[in-house]
Amino acid sequence: MHKMHNTSMGRVFDVFNHISLLLLGLSTFIPFVYVIAASFATEAEIAARPFFLVPETITLAAYEYIFSTNTFIRSIGVSVLVTVLGTVVSLLLTMTMAYPLSRHHLLGRNLILNLVVFTMVFNGGMIPTYMVVRSLGLLDSLWALILPVAINPFYLIIVKSFFQNLPTELEEAARIDGCSDMGVFWRIVIPLSKPVIATFTLFYAVFYWNDFFNALLYISDNAKWPVQLLLQQLMMVANVDFGEMDVMLQDPPEESLKMAVVVVATIPILIFYPFLQKHFAKGILLGSVKG
Amino acid sequence: MAQMSMKSKKVKNEAVVSTTQLTKMQQLLRDKWLYFLLIPGALYFILFKYLPMWGVLIAFQDYSPFRGFWESEWVGAEHFLNFFQNPDFFRLLRNTLILALYDLVFFFPAPIIVALLLNELRRQYFKRTIQTLVYVPHFMSWVIIASITYIFLTTSGGAINAAVEFFTGEKINFLSNPDYFRPMIIAQVIWKETGWGTVIFLAALASVSAEQYEAAIMDGAGRFRRMWHVTLPALRSTIVILLILRLGNFLDQGFQQIFLMTNSLNRSVADVFDTYVYFVGITQGMFSYSTAVGLFKAIVGIILIYGADYLAKKMGQTGLF
Repeated sequence: MHKMHNTSMGRVFDVFNHISLLLLGLSTFIPFVYVIAASFATEAEIAARPFFLVPETITLAAYEYIFSTNTFIRSIGVSVLVTVLGTVVSLLLTMTMAYPLSRHHLLGRNLILNLVVFTMVFNGGMIPTYMVVRSLGLLDSLWALILPVAINPFYLIIVKSFFQNLPTELEEAARIDGCSDMGVFWRIVIPLSKPVIATFTLFYAVFYWNDFFNALLYISDNAKWPVQLLLQQLMMVANVDFGEMDVMLQDPPEESLKMAVVVVATIPILIFYPFLQKHFAKGILLGSVKG
Repeated sequence: MAQMSMKSKKVKNEAVVSTTQLTKMQQLLRDKWLYFLLIPGALYFILFKYLPMWGVLIAFQDYSPFRGFWESEWVGAEHFLNFFQNPDFFRLLRNTLILALYDLVFFFPAPIIVALLLNELRRQYFKRTIQTLVYVPHFMSWVIIASITYIFLTTSGGAINAAVEFFTGEKINFLSNPDYFRPMIIAQVIWKETGWGTVIFLAALASVSAEQYEAAIMDGAGRFRRMWHVTLPALRSTIVILLILRLGNFLDQGFQQIFLMTNSLNRSVADVFDTYVYFVGITQGMFSYSTAVGLFKAIVGIILIYGADYLAKKMGQTGLF
């Protein structure tokens, strides 16, 4: 391709192509830059200038304000707790279930696999699931944000296929040394699965951090709201009681406050973005290998 | 997927051969630790997937939380009949189908076009930089995306509305005017998912050998003819399978997205089956009726998925399962 003689048509196309892709790239990125800039700007500037990438006066007022309220700090705490705990629970459940299902000789294996696949096609829906969560006494408990969504069946199938394709030599050697299935799983299979564990740690963590809908459904006590739900209420319902601050401010910086909450809710994703990009692309390609 | 595993079972290894000599009881005992590992996951599926499937029976009841499942009165198909006779039904169906159609026409081609454009870039660092930028929104929650949409579209100081006012002299209330709801939803999806959507197409393009392009150049094919005759055909099977998959979940509009952009002013065009179930079921407490609505949608969904699977196999693809 490099050797070809560029026709003038081709050159026009090249210029057009570079410009349009550059615009596309900027359009996905610039909105975040504006929100970050606005979170450091004064209320007056946000009102006066509809768009800017660098604020004229930099102020930390919005951050000082949100970090002085229990409401916000608590919501970050809830989000971090649910993300960490949820990811651990999900990984444990996914790995322990995927391993037996990857053993061909297991009695009932195909039945269980078919039952799992069926849940991807049909489920009871929002209300019956809500009723189950309620009757388990999980309403207003942070476990309601984890347990009902603990295993993603797609991930389970992918991990199962991964286990199936592991080389069997190490496992056989371990068995000769007297390892039980349990020993093989913890001492051989799990250490061999580090890359897949890393990928699905990120998958699950992003899901838990980003989830607001389960909190909307199951958590009515706003002391237990994760930051995504707090942000949703702040932006779309606009009646969040940010009261009970330790520091009383006369005029909360309303607009920049919203920006600051968006920034804080986004930052973990941006920090882990380089890993996410790498592992998610790998995950998609893993997913296209059926097993 | 399950069928594939059955196929691989046919490739018998020694473990399977020795299995046949054991009784079922002996097999269960031998694999006791495997079954032990299975317990937590199985409990999850029983509790949160299969128990709710049984719970859909309340769609045929007049479920009352005070009486509970066993004491509530059975009413047969009453809720379904009410739903079909309700003008809401056609509104929901219309909204869902129009959004799905818009999605197919405007969003579906977007990643293909962008992948073709990215594929034409020769400077690898430029390509990688663009990819890194356009993937970002995919990882953001819908709450973040909706918040940014509000920030940019609001009539009180939003950047986009400021631009609109500058050029036309008046502001447009994108967020609450029903006329702008559908374009806004599609624009959001395009903005959030186009970049990420290219990943699968770029992976398919990676398998096109340089020789094919060289041969095309030898034959005197210019830039566009190569895109048309070499690059695009390489994407064909990926496009077909993604189209079929899309057909399988045609009724699934992004619930979170639509929920977040819905307000009392644009409800008439915004409501789809899933958001309706939420509003009627959770906020108004009509459990049985909303379960019936959800069940109706789930059954149509199943038919679509198996239809899509049938279609995929007919077209020589491997099928969805």
